[in-house]
Amino acid sequence: MPAARLGPSLPMVLAAAAPVIVAFALLPRIVDLYQTELLIYGLTFAIAALGFNLLLGYTGLLSFGHSAYFGMGAYTVAFIVRDLHVQSMELCILGGLLSTLVLSALFGYVCVRHTRIFFSILALALSQVVWSLAYKFFWVTGGTDGIRVPRTGVTLLAGLIDFKGSGSYQKFVYSYYYYVLVLFVVAAAVMWVIVHSPFGKALQAIRDNETRAGFVGIRVRRYRWIAFVISGCFTGLAGALWVPLNGLTTPEILYWPFSGEIVFMTVLGGFRTFTGPIVGAIAFNYLKVYAVASSQYWQLVLGCVLVVLVMVLPTGIVGTLARLAGKLRRR
Amino acid sequence: MALLQTVDLKRYFGETRAVDNVNLAIEEREFVSLVGPNGAGKTSLINVISALLAPESGKIIFKGEDITHLSVTQRVKAGIARSFQIVNVFDDLTAFDNVALAIFSREGKTARLGTLAHLDGDVIREADGILEQFGLAAKRGDNGRDLAQGERKLLDVALAYALKPKLLFLDEPTSGVSTRDKGQIMDTIASVVRGEGITAVIVEHDMDVVFKYSDRIVVMAQGAILAQGTPDEIRKNEQVAMTLLGTSGPDAFTRKD
Repeated sequence: MPAARLGPSLPMVLAAAAPVIVAFALLPRIVDLYQTELLIYGLTFAIAALGFNLLLGYTGLLSFGHSAYFGMGAYTVAFIVRDLHVQSMELCILGGLLSTLVLSALFGYVCVRHTRIFFSILALALSQVVWSLAYKFFWVTGGTDGIRVPRTGVTLLAGLIDFKGSGSYQKFVYSYYYYVLVLFVVAAAVMWVIVHSPFGKALQAIRDNETRAGFVGIRVRRYRWIAFVISGCFTGLAGALWVPLNGLTTPEILYWPFSGEIVFMTVLGGFRTFTGPIVGAIAFNYLKVYAVASSQYWQLVLGCVLVVLVMVLPTGIVGTLARLAGKLRRR
Repeated sequence: MALLQTVDLKRYFGETRAVDNVNLAIEEREFVSLVGPNGAGKTSLINVISALLAPESGKIIFKGEDITHLSVTQRVKAGIARSFQIVNVFDDLTAFDNVALAIFSREGKTARLGTLAHLDGDVIREADGILEQFGLAAKRGDNGRDLAQGERKLLDVALAYALKPKLLFLDEPTSGVSTRDKGQIMDTIASVVRGEGITAVIVEHDMDVVFKYSDRIVVMAQGAILAQGTPDEIRKNEQVAMTLLGTSGPDAFTRKD
Protein backbone atom coordinates (compact mmCIF):
# COMPACT_ATOMS: atom_id res chain seq x y z
CA MET A 1 0.00 0.00 0.00
CA PRO A 2 1.45 3.41 -0.91
CA ALA A 3 2.21 5.39 2.21
CA ALA A 4 0.88 8.94 2.12
CA ARG A 5 3.43 11.44 3.32
CA LEU A 6 3.00 14.56 5.39
CA GLY A 7 5.19 16.40 2.91
CA PRO A 8 7.25 16.03 -0.24
CA SER A 9 10.48 14.07 -0.15
CA LEU A 10 13.62 16.08 0.56
CA PRO A 11 15.67 14.82 -2.45
CA MET A 12 12.82 15.77 -4.80
CA VAL A 13 12.64 19.27 -3.36
CA LEU A 14 16.40 19.71 -3.63
CA ALA A 15 16.34 18.36 -7.19
CA ALA A 16 13.65 20.91 -8.10
CA ALA A 17 15.28 23.83 -6.28
CA ALA A 18 18.88 23.30 -7.43
CA PRO A 19 18.38 24.20 -11.14
CA VAL A 20 16.41 27.32 -10.16
CA ILE A 21 19.16 28.44 -7.78
CA VAL A 22 21.82 27.78 -10.43
CA ALA A 23 19.77 29.72 -12.97
CA PHE A 24 19.50 32.68 -10.59
CA ALA A 25 23.25 32.47 -9.93
CA LEU A 26 23.94 32.67 -13.68
CA LEU A 27 21.43 35.43 -14.47
CA PRO A 28 23.76 38.41 -13.83
CA ARG A 29 26.07 37.01 -16.52
CA ILE A 30 23.21 37.06 -19.02
CA VAL A 31 21.21 40.18 -18.16
CA ASP A 32 22.42 43.78 -17.85
CA LEU A 33 23.09 45.75 -14.70
CA TYR A 34 19.62 47.30 -14.56
CA GLN A 35 17.90 43.94 -14.87
CA THR A 36 20.17 42.57 -12.14
CA GLU A 37 19.12 45.43 -9.90
CA LEU A 38 15.47 44.67 -10.61
CA LEU A 39 16.11 41.06 -9.68
CA ILE A 40 17.55 42.14 -6.32
CA TYR A 41 14.37 44.11 -5.65
CA GLY A 42 12.35 41.07 -6.69
CA LEU A 43 14.27 38.78 -4.35
CA THR A 44 13.91 41.10 -1.35
CA PHE A 45 10.18 41.42 -1.99
CA ALA A 46 10.05 37.62 -2.34
CA ILE A 47 11.42 37.26 1.20
CA ALA A 48 8.69 39.64 2.42
CA ALA A 49 6.00 37.75 0.51
CA LEU A 50 7.23 34.40 1.85
CA GLY A 51 6.89 35.74 5.38
CA PHE A 52 3.52 37.29 4.65
CA ASN A 53 2.23 34.03 3.23
CA LEU A 54 2.96 32.17 6.46
CA LEU A 55 0.06 34.21 7.82
CA LEU A 56 -2.22 34.31 4.78
CA GLY A 57 -1.67 30.97 3.06
CA TYR A 58 -0.79 28.80 6.03
CA THR A 59 -2.58 30.38 8.99
CA GLY A 60 -5.55 31.97 7.23
CA LEU A 61 -4.91 35.52 8.51
CA LEU A 62 -4.95 38.40 6.04
CA SER A 63 -2.72 41.21 7.31
CA PHE A 64 -3.03 44.66 5.77
CA GLY A 65 -0.25 45.91 8.01
CA HIS A 66 2.95 44.26 6.87
CA SER A 67 4.38 47.56 5.65
CA ALA A 68 5.11 48.25 9.33
CA TYR A 69 7.56 45.34 9.59
CA PHE A 70 9.17 46.01 6.21
CA GLY A 71 9.56 49.66 7.20
CA MET A 72 10.82 48.79 10.66
CA GLY A 73 13.59 46.67 9.14
CA ALA A 74 14.46 49.46 6.70
CA TYR A 75 14.41 52.29 9.24
CA THR A 76 16.43 50.30 11.78
CA VAL A 77 19.20 49.79 9.20
CA ALA A 78 19.02 53.50 8.37
CA PHE A 79 19.30 54.47 12.05
CA ILE A 80 22.21 52.07 12.61
CA VAL A 81 24.12 53.41 9.61
CA ARG A 82 23.35 57.10 10.27
CA ASP A 83 23.49 57.28 14.06
CA LEU A 84 25.76 54.43 15.11
CA HIS A 85 28.01 54.71 12.05
CA VAL A 86 27.98 50.93 11.76
CA GLN A 87 28.87 49.77 8.25
CA SER A 88 28.60 46.01 8.57
CA MET A 89 25.48 44.86 6.73
CA GLU A 90 25.38 41.76 8.95
CA LEU A 91 25.06 43.91 12.09
CA CYS A 92 22.47 46.06 10.33
CA ILE A 93 20.42 42.97 9.46
CA LEU A 94 20.71 41.71 13.02
CA GLY A 95 19.45 45.06 14.30
CA GLY A 96 16.63 45.07 11.76
CA LEU A 97 15.58 41.58 12.76
CA LEU A 98 15.63 42.40 16.48
CA SER A 99 13.55 45.56 16.10
CA THR A 100 11.05 43.77 13.87
CA LEU A 101 10.88 40.90 16.33
CA VAL A 102 9.91 43.29 19.11
CA LEU A 103 7.40 45.22 16.98
CA SER A 104 5.72 42.13 15.52
CA ALA A 105 5.59 40.48 18.95
CA LEU A 106 3.80 43.56 20.35
CA PHE A 107 1.43 44.10 17.42
CA GLY A 108 0.88 40.37 16.96
CA TYR A 109 -0.10 39.97 20.61
CA VAL A 110 -2.92 42.44 20.03
CA CYS A 111 -3.92 41.34 16.52
CA VAL A 112 -4.18 37.56 17.01
CA ARG A 113 -6.96 38.05 19.55
CA HIS A 114 -9.13 38.67 16.50
CA THR A 115 -9.70 36.97 13.17
CA ARG A 116 -11.08 37.75 9.70
CA ILE A 117 -11.79 41.44 8.96
CA PHE A 118 -11.14 42.50 12.56
CA PHE A 119 -7.62 41.07 12.38
CA SER A 120 -6.98 42.73 9.02
CA ILE A 121 -8.20 46.15 10.12
CA LEU A 122 -6.35 46.02 13.42
CA ALA A 123 -3.11 45.08 11.62
CA LEU A 124 -3.70 47.98 9.22
CA ALA A 125 -4.45 50.45 12.00
CA LEU A 126 -1.35 49.53 13.99
CA SER A 127 0.86 49.81 10.91
CA GLN A 128 -0.49 53.32 10.35
CA VAL A 129 0.55 54.27 13.87
CA VAL A 130 4.15 53.45 12.87
CA TRP A 131 3.70 55.35 9.61
CA SER A 132 2.42 58.45 11.41
CA LEU A 133 5.35 58.31 13.85
CA ALA A 134 7.82 58.18 10.97
CA TYR A 135 5.92 60.96 9.20
CA LYS A 136 5.58 63.33 12.15
CA PHE A 137 8.81 62.83 14.12
CA PHE A 138 10.86 64.34 11.33
CA TRP A 139 13.75 65.32 13.64
CA VAL A 140 14.34 61.59 14.18
CA THR A 141 13.11 60.03 10.97
CA GLY A 142 13.69 62.84 8.50
CA GLY A 143 9.93 63.06 7.87
CA THR A 144 8.97 62.86 4.21
CA ASP A 145 12.65 63.31 3.22
CA GLY A 146 13.41 60.03 4.90
CA ILE A 147 16.90 58.79 5.77
CA ARG A 148 19.60 58.19 3.19
CA VAL A 149 21.56 54.94 3.32
CA PRO A 150 24.25 55.31 0.67
CA ARG A 151 25.73 52.12 -0.68
CA THR A 152 29.16 53.50 0.21
CA GLY A 153 28.00 53.46 3.83
CA VAL A 154 27.68 49.69 4.07
CA THR A 155 30.06 46.76 3.77
CA LEU A 156 29.32 43.10 3.20
CA LEU A 157 30.75 40.01 4.90
CA ALA A 158 32.11 41.85 7.94
CA GLY A 159 33.95 44.46 5.88
CA LEU A 160 35.44 42.13 3.26
CA ILE A 161 33.51 43.87 0.50
CA ASP A 162 33.05 47.64 0.43
CA PHE A 163 31.77 49.97 -2.25
CA LYS A 164 34.06 52.95 -2.26
CA GLY A 165 35.93 54.28 -5.27
CA SER A 166 35.32 54.07 -9.00
CA GLY A 167 33.02 51.42 -10.44
CA SER A 168 31.41 51.05 -7.03
CA TYR A 169 27.86 51.05 -8.39
CA GLN A 170 28.53 48.07 -10.65
CA LYS A 171 30.42 46.29 -7.88
CA PHE A 172 27.59 46.96 -5.45
CA VAL A 173 24.87 45.61 -7.74
CA TYR A 174 26.71 42.37 -8.55
CA SER A 175 27.96 41.76 -4.99
CA TYR A 176 24.66 42.66 -3.45
CA TYR A 177 22.80 40.43 -5.88
CA TYR A 178 24.67 37.35 -4.67
CA TYR A 179 24.43 38.51 -1.07
CA VAL A 180 20.64 38.84 -1.32
CA LEU A 181 20.38 35.61 -3.33
CA VAL A 182 22.14 33.63 -0.59
CA LEU A 183 19.95 35.17 2.10
CA PHE A 184 16.87 34.53 -0.02
CA VAL A 185 17.82 30.84 -0.41
CA VAL A 186 18.42 30.55 3.34
CA ALA A 187 15.12 32.33 4.11
CA ALA A 188 13.20 30.12 1.65
CA ALA A 189 14.79 26.97 3.11
CA VAL A 190 13.95 28.05 6.67
CA MET A 191 10.37 28.84 5.66
CA TRP A 192 10.07 25.51 3.84
CA VAL A 193 11.13 23.67 6.99
CA ILE A 194 8.71 25.72 9.09
CA VAL A 195 5.67 25.02 6.90
CA HIS A 196 6.54 21.32 6.72
CA SER A 197 7.21 21.03 10.44
CA PRO A 198 4.59 19.84 12.94
CA PHE A 199 4.17 23.54 13.80
CA GLY A 200 3.42 24.31 10.14
CA LYS A 201 0.87 21.52 10.04
CA ALA A 202 -0.74 22.96 13.18
CA LEU A 203 -0.99 26.36 11.47
CA GLN A 204 -2.72 24.77 8.48
CA ALA A 205 -5.13 23.04 10.84
CA ILE A 206 -5.90 26.40 12.49
CA ARG A 207 -6.49 27.89 9.02
CA ASP A 208 -8.88 25.09 8.09
CA ASN A 209 -10.84 24.80 11.31
CA GLU A 210 -9.79 26.70 14.40
CA THR A 211 -12.48 25.16 16.60
CA ARG A 212 -11.33 21.66 15.83
CA ALA A 213 -7.70 22.70 16.15
CA GLY A 214 -8.46 23.63 19.75
CA PHE A 215 -10.13 20.26 20.25
CA VAL A 216 -6.98 18.42 19.19
CA GLY A 217 -5.08 20.38 21.82
CA ILE A 218 -3.51 23.15 19.72
CA ARG A 219 -3.25 26.50 21.50
CA VAL A 220 -4.67 28.48 18.62
CA ARG A 221 -3.92 32.02 19.77
CA ARG A 222 -0.34 31.25 20.81
CA TYR A 223 0.42 29.53 17.52
CA ARG A 224 -1.05 32.42 15.57
CA TRP A 225 1.12 34.78 17.56
CA ILE A 226 4.27 32.79 16.84
CA ALA A 227 3.35 32.70 13.14
CA PHE A 228 2.78 36.47 13.23
CA VAL A 229 6.21 37.09 14.75
CA ILE A 230 7.98 34.82 12.24
CA SER A 231 6.07 36.48 9.42
CA GLY A 232 7.02 39.93 10.70
CA CYS A 233 10.69 38.97 11.01
CA PHE A 234 10.85 37.72 7.42
CA THR A 235 9.28 40.96 6.24
CA GLY A 236 11.69 42.95 8.43
CA LEU A 237 14.64 41.09 6.91
CA ALA A 238 13.35 42.06 3.47
CA GLY A 239 13.10 45.70 4.56
CA ALA A 240 16.65 45.62 5.94
CA LEU A 241 17.98 44.23 2.64
CA TRP A 242 15.95 46.67 0.59
CA VAL A 243 17.18 49.93 2.08
CA PRO A 244 20.86 49.95 0.91
CA LEU A 245 19.63 48.99 -2.55
CA ASN A 246 17.10 51.79 -2.60
CA GLY A 247 19.55 54.20 -0.99
CA LEU A 248 16.78 55.87 0.98
CA THR A 249 13.90 55.00 3.25
CA THR A 250 10.84 57.23 3.56
CA PRO A 251 7.49 56.93 5.37
CA GLU A 252 6.02 55.78 2.05
CA ILE A 253 7.32 52.30 2.75
CA LEU A 254 5.30 52.25 5.99
CA TYR A 255 2.11 53.50 4.37
CA TRP A 256 -0.81 51.13 3.84
CA PRO A 257 -0.60 50.91 0.02
CA PHE A 258 2.71 49.08 0.42
CA SER A 259 0.93 46.53 2.65
CA GLY A 260 -1.49 46.17 -0.24
CA GLU A 261 1.41 45.56 -2.61
CA ILE A 262 2.66 42.68 -0.43
CA VAL A 263 -0.86 41.21 -0.53
CA PHE A 264 -0.91 41.75 -4.31
CA MET A 265 2.43 39.97 -4.79
CA THR A 266 1.27 36.97 -2.79
CA VAL A 267 -2.10 36.69 -4.50
CA LEU A 268 -0.51 37.18 -7.92
CA GLY A 269 1.79 34.19 -7.39
CA GLY A 270 -0.76 32.10 -5.51
CA PHE A 271 -1.07 31.99 -1.75
CA ARG A 272 -1.96 28.31 -1.54
CA THR A 273 1.46 27.25 -2.82
CA PHE A 274 4.88 27.61 -1.28
CA THR A 275 6.53 29.06 -4.39
CA GLY A 276 3.59 31.29 -5.35
CA PRO A 277 4.62 34.33 -3.27
CA ILE A 278 8.19 34.11 -4.64
CA VAL A 279 7.01 34.10 -8.25
CA GLY A 280 4.39 36.74 -7.44
CA ALA A 281 6.90 39.11 -5.81
CA ILE A 282 9.34 38.96 -8.73
CA ALA A 283 6.54 39.25 -11.30
CA PHE A 284 4.90 42.13 -9.43
CA ASN A 285 8.16 44.05 -9.25
CA TYR A 286 8.59 43.84 -13.03
CA LEU A 287 4.93 44.64 -13.57
CA LYS A 288 5.10 47.75 -11.41
CA VAL A 289 8.42 48.98 -12.81
CA TYR A 290 7.25 48.67 -16.42
CA ALA A 291 3.77 50.02 -15.66
CA VAL A 292 5.32 53.09 -14.00
CA ALA A 293 7.73 53.55 -16.93
CA SER A 294 5.07 53.18 -19.59
CA SER A 295 2.14 55.16 -18.23
CA GLN A 296 1.33 57.88 -15.78
CA TYR A 297 -1.80 55.85 -15.04
CA TRP A 298 0.22 52.92 -13.71
CA GLN A 299 -2.05 52.48 -10.66
CA LEU A 300 -4.91 51.95 -13.12
CA VAL A 301 -2.87 49.32 -14.97
CA LEU A 302 -2.06 47.49 -11.72
CA GLY A 303 -5.71 47.72 -10.64
CA CYS A 304 -6.87 46.16 -13.90
CA VAL A 305 -4.29 43.40 -13.54
CA LEU A 306 -5.58 42.68 -10.04
CA VAL A 307 -9.19 42.52 -11.22
CA VAL A 308 -8.26 40.17 -14.07
CA LEU A 309 -6.15 38.11 -11.72
CA VAL A 310 -8.93 37.60 -9.19
CA MET A 311 -11.48 36.77 -11.89
CA VAL A 312 -9.35 34.62 -14.22
CA LEU A 313 -6.53 33.26 -12.07
CA PRO A 314 -7.92 33.03 -8.53
CA THR A 315 -5.21 30.53 -7.59
CA GLY A 316 -2.45 32.82 -8.90
CA ILE A 317 0.29 32.12 -11.43
CA VAL A 318 1.75 29.07 -9.67
CA GLY A 319 -1.64 27.70 -8.64
CA THR A 320 -2.85 27.90 -12.25
CA LEU A 321 0.33 26.33 -13.62
CA ALA A 322 0.08 23.52 -11.07
CA ARG A 323 -3.53 22.90 -12.09
CA LEU A 324 -2.62 22.82 -15.78
CA ALA A 325 0.30 20.48 -15.08
CA GLY A 326 -2.06 18.21 -13.14
CA LYS A 327 -4.47 18.12 -16.10
CA LEU A 328 -1.65 17.29 -18.51
CA ARG A 329 -0.43 14.46 -16.26
CA ARG A 330 -3.91 12.92 -16.11
CA ARG A 331 -4.18 12.82 -19.93
CA MET B 1 -14.85 7.21 42.12
CA ALA B 2 -16.55 8.13 38.85
CA LEU B 3 -14.28 9.21 35.99
CA LEU B 4 -16.55 12.17 35.26
CA GLN B 5 -19.08 13.80 37.49
CA THR B 6 -21.21 16.86 36.89
CA VAL B 7 -22.66 18.61 39.90
CA ASP B 8 -25.78 20.75 39.45
CA LEU B 9 -24.58 21.76 36.00
CA LYS B 10 -26.62 24.51 34.35
CA ARG B 11 -26.53 26.24 31.01
CA TYR B 12 -29.40 28.44 29.86
CA PHE B 13 -29.99 30.22 26.56
CA GLY B 14 -32.27 33.04 27.65
CA GLU B 15 -35.43 31.33 28.87
CA THR B 16 -34.41 27.98 27.43
CA ARG B 17 -32.91 25.59 29.93
CA ALA B 18 -30.50 23.66 27.72
CA VAL B 19 -28.74 22.03 30.67
CA ASP B 20 -30.75 22.16 33.85
CA ASN B 21 -29.22 20.96 37.11
CA VAL B 22 -27.61 17.92 35.58
CA ASN B 23 -25.93 15.51 37.98
CA LEU B 24 -24.31 12.84 35.86
CA ALA B 25 -21.66 10.29 36.79
CA ILE B 26 -19.72 8.31 34.19
CA GLU B 27 -17.68 5.34 35.37
CA GLU B 28 -14.40 4.31 33.82
CA ARG B 29 -14.64 2.08 30.71
CA GLU B 30 -18.40 2.59 30.45
CA PHE B 31 -20.12 2.94 27.08
CA VAL B 32 -22.94 5.35 27.83
CA SER B 33 -25.58 6.57 25.41
CA LEU B 34 -27.19 9.95 25.82
CA VAL B 35 -30.65 9.99 24.25
CA GLY B 36 -33.60 12.31 24.16
CA PRO B 37 -35.83 14.24 21.78
CA ASN B 38 -34.46 17.15 19.76
CA GLY B 39 -33.67 20.06 22.06
CA ALA B 40 -33.32 17.82 25.11
CA GLY B 41 -29.89 19.30 25.84
CA LYS B 42 -27.66 16.35 24.90
CA THR B 43 -25.27 18.29 22.67
CA SER B 44 -25.37 21.29 25.02
CA LEU B 45 -24.32 19.03 27.89
CA ILE B 46 -21.39 17.71 25.86
CA ASN B 47 -20.50 21.24 24.78
CA VAL B 48 -20.39 22.38 28.41
CA ILE B 49 -18.31 19.40 29.55
CA SER B 50 -15.87 19.81 26.66
CA ALA B 51 -15.61 23.61 27.24
CA LEU B 52 -17.21 24.71 23.99
CA LEU B 53 -19.83 26.40 26.19
CA ALA B 54 -19.33 27.87 29.65
CA PRO B 55 -21.80 26.73 32.34
CA GLU B 56 -23.99 29.19 34.24
CA SER B 57 -23.22 27.31 37.41
CA GLY B 58 -22.29 23.88 38.67
CA LYS B 59 -19.11 21.85 38.65
CA ILE B 60 -17.43 19.37 36.36
CA ILE B 61 -15.19 16.89 38.14
CA PHE B 62 -12.87 14.77 35.99
CA LYS B 63 -10.53 12.19 37.53
CA GLY B 64 -11.23 13.80 40.90
CA GLU B 65 -10.19 17.30 39.75
CA ASP B 66 -12.45 20.29 39.25
CA ILE B 67 -12.07 21.17 35.57
CA THR B 68 -14.98 23.62 35.35
CA HIS B 69 -12.75 26.56 34.53
CA LEU B 70 -10.21 24.83 32.32
CA SER B 71 -9.94 25.81 28.65
CA VAL B 72 -10.65 23.50 25.71
CA THR B 73 -6.97 22.65 25.24
CA GLN B 74 -6.46 22.07 28.96
CA ARG B 75 -9.38 19.63 28.99
CA VAL B 76 -7.95 17.87 25.93
CA LYS B 77 -4.61 17.53 27.73
CA ALA B 78 -6.48 16.22 30.78
CA GLY B 79 -7.91 13.43 28.62
CA ILE B 80 -11.26 14.57 27.24
CA ALA B 81 -11.81 14.35 23.48
CA ARG B 82 -14.87 14.63 21.31
CA SER B 83 -16.29 14.33 17.83
CA PHE B 84 -18.98 16.62 16.46
CA GLN B 85 -22.60 16.36 15.33
CA ILE B 86 -21.70 18.22 12.14
CA VAL B 87 -18.45 16.72 10.84
CA ASN B 88 -15.53 18.80 12.03
CA VAL B 89 -12.31 17.71 10.37
CA PHE B 90 -9.51 19.60 8.62
CA ASP B 91 -10.91 19.70 5.10
CA ASP B 92 -7.75 20.83 3.31
CA LEU B 93 -5.51 18.30 5.03
CA THR B 94 -5.34 14.65 3.99
CA ALA B 95 -6.93 11.98 6.17
CA PHE B 96 -3.38 11.01 7.10
CA ASP B 97 -2.43 14.58 8.05
CA ASN B 98 -5.61 14.92 10.12
CA VAL B 99 -4.75 11.94 12.27
CA ALA B 100 -1.00 12.67 12.35
CA LEU B 101 -1.69 16.19 13.58
CA ALA B 102 -3.67 14.86 16.55
CA ILE B 103 -0.76 12.55 17.39
CA PHE B 104 1.77 15.40 17.11
CA SER B 105 -0.43 17.44 19.43
CA ARG B 106 -0.82 14.61 21.95
CA GLU B 107 2.95 14.10 21.99
CA GLY B 108 3.57 17.82 22.48
CA LYS B 109 5.39 18.02 19.15
CA THR B 110 3.32 20.69 17.41
CA ALA B 111 5.52 23.44 18.82
CA ARG B 112 8.50 22.08 16.88
CA LEU B 113 9.26 24.23 13.88
CA GLY B 114 12.74 23.02 13.06
CA THR B 115 11.95 19.39 12.27
CA LEU B 116 10.16 17.95 9.26
CA ALA B 117 6.84 16.34 10.09
CA HIS B 118 7.11 13.75 7.37
CA LEU B 119 10.34 12.33 8.78
CA ASP B 120 8.80 11.33 12.13
CA GLY B 121 8.58 7.57 11.70
CA ASP B 122 6.77 6.91 15.00
CA VAL B 123 3.96 9.30 14.14
CA ILE B 124 3.69 7.96 10.59
CA ARG B 125 3.38 4.39 11.83
CA GLU B 126 0.80 5.28 14.46
CA ALA B 127 -1.27 7.39 12.06
CA ASP B 128 -1.22 4.56 9.53
CA GLY B 129 -2.35 2.15 12.25
CA ILE B 130 -5.26 4.35 13.31
CA LEU B 131 -6.42 4.83 9.72
CA GLU B 132 -6.29 1.04 9.34
CA GLN B 133 -8.37 0.55 12.50
CA PHE B 134 -11.01 2.94 11.22
CA GLY B 135 -11.07 1.43 7.75
CA LEU B 136 -9.66 4.60 6.18
CA ALA B 137 -6.29 3.25 5.05
CA ALA B 138 -7.26 3.41 1.38
CA LYS B 139 -8.25 7.09 1.80
CA ARG B 140 -5.14 8.28 3.60
CA GLY B 141 -4.05 10.55 0.75
CA ASP B 142 -7.49 12.09 0.20
CA ASN B 143 -8.32 15.50 1.60
CA GLY B 144 -10.95 15.66 4.33
CA ARG B 145 -13.38 17.45 2.02
CA ASP B 146 -13.13 14.68 -0.62
CA LEU B 147 -14.25 11.86 1.68
CA ALA B 148 -17.77 10.41 1.70
CA GLN B 149 -20.01 11.39 4.62
CA GLY B 150 -19.52 8.08 6.44
CA GLU B 151 -15.76 8.32 6.01
CA ARG B 152 -15.76 11.90 7.26
CA LYS B 153 -17.69 10.77 10.34
CA LEU B 154 -15.13 8.05 10.96
CA LEU B 155 -12.26 10.48 10.45
CA ASP B 156 -13.89 12.85 12.94
CA VAL B 157 -13.90 10.04 15.51
CA ALA B 158 -10.39 8.89 14.51
CA LEU B 159 -9.08 12.42 15.17
CA ALA B 160 -10.48 12.34 18.69
CA TYR B 161 -9.31 8.77 19.23
CA ALA B 162 -5.74 9.63 18.13
CA LEU B 163 -5.50 11.87 21.21
CA LYS B 164 -5.72 8.68 23.34
CA PRO B 165 -8.36 10.20 25.59
CA LYS B 166 -9.66 8.76 28.86
CA LEU B 167 -13.13 10.01 28.00
CA LEU B 168 -14.49 10.27 24.47
CA PHE B 169 -17.69 12.07 23.55
CA LEU B 170 -19.23 11.09 20.23
CA ASP B 171 -21.98 13.42 19.08
CA GLU B 172 -24.23 11.57 16.66
CA PRO B 173 -21.46 9.64 14.88
CA THR B 174 -23.94 8.03 12.49
CA SER B 175 -26.13 11.00 11.63
CA GLY B 176 -26.43 11.69 7.92
CA VAL B 177 -25.10 8.30 6.86
CA SER B 178 -27.08 5.52 5.21
CA THR B 179 -28.71 2.79 7.31
CA ARG B 180 -26.37 0.29 5.69
CA ASP B 181 -23.24 2.22 6.74
CA LYS B 182 -24.56 2.97 10.22
CA GLY B 183 -23.94 -0.55 11.60
CA GLN B 184 -20.48 -0.67 10.06
CA ILE B 185 -19.51 2.70 11.55
CA MET B 186 -20.80 1.76 15.00
CA ASP B 187 -19.09 -1.65 14.88
CA THR B 188 -15.80 0.08 14.05
CA ILE B 189 -16.21 2.68 16.77
CA ALA B 190 -17.32 0.16 19.41
CA SER B 191 -14.50 -2.25 18.68
CA VAL B 192 -11.84 0.49 18.81
CA VAL B 193 -13.26 2.11 21.95
CA ARG B 194 -13.82 -1.13 23.85
CA GLY B 195 -10.51 -2.56 22.65
CA GLU B 196 -8.61 0.38 24.13
CA GLY B 197 -10.71 0.56 27.29
CA ILE B 198 -11.81 4.13 26.55
CA THR B 199 -14.81 5.51 28.37
CA ALA B 200 -17.30 6.66 25.74
CA VAL B 201 -20.40 8.82 25.85
CA ILE B 202 -22.37 8.77 22.65
CA VAL B 203 -25.29 10.93 21.59
CA GLU B 204 -27.54 8.91 19.31
CA HIS B 205 -31.10 8.96 18.03
CA ASP B 206 -31.26 5.45 16.61
CA MET B 207 -32.55 3.35 19.53
CA ASP B 208 -31.50 0.08 17.85
CA VAL B 209 -27.92 1.36 17.89
CA VAL B 210 -28.31 2.62 21.47
CA PHE B 211 -29.68 -0.68 22.81
CA LYS B 212 -27.09 -2.74 20.95
CA TYR B 213 -23.91 -0.97 22.04
CA SER B 214 -24.60 0.74 25.39
CA ASP B 215 -23.73 -0.40 28.90
CA ARG B 216 -25.96 2.34 30.25
CA ILE B 217 -28.43 4.77 28.75
CA VAL B 218 -29.10 8.29 30.03
CA VAL B 219 -32.34 9.86 28.84
CA MET B 220 -32.60 13.64 28.77
CA ALA B 221 -35.62 15.87 28.32
CA GLN B 222 -35.84 19.66 28.57
CA GLY B 223 -32.23 19.93 29.75
CA ALA B 224 -32.61 17.50 32.66
CA ILE B 225 -31.99 13.81 33.17
CA LEU B 226 -35.29 11.99 32.89
CA ALA B 227 -34.07 8.46 33.51
CA GLN B 228 -30.98 6.31 33.35
CA GLY B 229 -30.31 2.59 33.47
CA THR B 230 -29.26 -0.47 31.52
CA PRO B 231 -30.72 -1.02 28.05
CA ASP B 232 -33.24 -3.49 29.51
CA GLU B 233 -34.35 -1.04 32.18
CA ILE B 234 -34.76 1.76 29.67
CA ARG B 235 -36.62 -0.51 27.25
CA LYS B 236 -39.19 -1.19 29.94
CA ASN B 237 -39.50 2.41 31.12
CA GLU B 238 -42.88 3.70 29.95
CA GLN B 239 -42.08 7.33 30.70
CA VAL B 240 -39.02 7.09 28.47
CA ALA B 241 -41.03 5.42 25.69
CA MET B 242 -43.65 8.13 25.96
CA THR B 243 -41.01 10.89 25.79
CA LEU B 244 -39.00 9.43 22.96
CA LEU B 245 -41.70 7.74 20.90
CA GLY B 246 -44.92 9.33 21.99
CA THR B 247 -46.28 5.90 22.77
CA SER B 248 -45.83 3.37 25.56
CA GLY B 249 -46.41 -0.30 26.23
CA PRO B 250 -44.20 -3.33 26.84
CA ASP B 251 -42.92 -3.53 23.25
CA ALA B 252 -42.88 0.16 22.37
CA PHE B 253 -39.23 0.10 21.30
CA THR B 254 -39.59 -2.98 19.10
CA ARG B 255 -43.05 -2.30 17.62
CA LYS B 256 -42.85 -1.14 14.02
CA ASP B 257 -45.93 1.02 13.51
